[in-house]
Amino acid sequence: MSDVLHRVRMTVNARAATIAVEARRTLAEALREDLGLTGTHLGCEHGVCGACTVLMDGAPVRACLVLAVQAEGAAIRTVEGLAAPDGTLHPLQQAFADHHALQCGYCTPGFLMLAMAMLEENPAMEEAEMVERLSSNLCRCTGYAGILAAVRSVMRR
Amino acid sequence: MKPPPFAYHDPSTLEEAISLLSTLPNARPLAGGQSMMPMLNMRFAQPDHLVDLNRIAGLDGVTVEPDGALTIGAMARQRVLEQHPEVARRCPLMVEALAQVGHRQTRNRGTIGGSLCHLDPAAELPLVAAAMEAVVRVAGPNGQRDIAFADFAQGYMTPEMEPEELLVAVRIPAQPAGAGHCFLEYARRHGDFAIASVAVMLVPDAVGRIAEARVALGGVGAVPLRLPEAEAALRGAPDVSRAVAATKTLEPMEDALVPAWYRRHLAGVLLGRALVIAQSRMGRA
Repeated sequence: MSDVLHRVRMTVNARAATIAVEARRTLAEALREDLGLTGTHLGCEHGVCGACTVLMDGAPVRACLVLAVQAEGAAIRTVEGLAAPDGTLHPLQQAFADHHALQCGYCTPGFLMLAMAMLEENPAMEEAEMVERLSSNLCRCTGYAGILAAVRSVMRR
Repeated sequence: MKPPPFAYHDPSTLEEAISLLSTLPNARPLAGGQSMMPMLNMRFAQPDHLVDLNRIAGLDGVTVEPDGALTIGAMARQRVLEQHPEVARRCPLMVEALAQVGHRQTRNRGTIGGSLCHLDPAAELPLVAAAMEAVVRVAGPNGQRDIAFADFAQGYMTPEMEPEELLVAVRIPAQPAGAGHCFLEYARRHGDFAIASVAVMLVPDAVGRIAEARVALGGVGAVPLRLPEAEAALRGAPDVSRAVAATKTLEPMEDALVPAWYRRHLAGVLLGRALVIAQSRMGRA
């Protein structure tokens, strides 16, 4: 009974995707293992680090804390959807490079998706709110100053 | 890490969900998943059946009762409540607390009902429920019943519910006119569970004296605690130092990182600060 496969239809980066997964498959695993979108990283797998952040119907969520079956009908956006089809980086990605907002890069996809939601929700965000929002994800390399500088640089002043 | 195998059920009505929980062995409900999913991923929870409540319509409403109380559906997302104008108007204590519940990412999924049922001793929403004297509504195979939150929070992470019952709503009396509130907590990092937390509500009389004081503390006991000695010390001519001294009798839990004395100390410090803020916000009845 528990190895029953469930069909899940969702939109991933504006393309329709249908997968068949075990109920226990998390959304993060489904993106990586079933759809080959390994840009979404798994860090702690219990909702603390934010590395697996994706946008689910526009809102940032921790993909390790959502079951793939729960994404039925949802629109998911991952880091793979940020750059243009010709490979041109999204301004946010370019800003991360310019401001040394990454070193090892493990946390970067999560931070980028978190920052995308911030940018879309309120591109004139105050610094204090940026800090509060970014505090939900962990980076062990940069000390966060570069990440904050990168996000600040793309916000409308 | 990977959750243990389980059968997934996706009911669309409350009746169906209760029927599944009453008939299936070792079944657990899944609300927003922000506590249940970590427990599954780490295999602290090993249900044979998971009953997902997310597709049940009508469990996430926020309604204002004729007496001004709020009735909040169990599946209302924390982030929705944080931005809801009626919650801001009638229970600002909850809005202040919600800003400290995990992070926006987790509040986008996390629900009020999930938090109340998970009943972590340091969680913010159970503390608000204790301070606001909330009443929870629980539905089971034999119908619905209302339980005062003080009775609902039976023990460490143990709500007063049967395995086949579901919390469907929580009723929160409106904050009394002129009341001053404050929610404060201390955590090592924003978004972590608090080491200690405090919720205060000071209700004034017609001339602006404290007619009723409510002091609730989190993280210092198995469940959110009210501190009657502190409440008594604040009525009429408030004696803040006596109220704060009441925290000295607390017997908090210890763990590897936080000794009991430190939680007790923090409870006193936070209570002192919260009382200053709540008093500054208090008006007249």
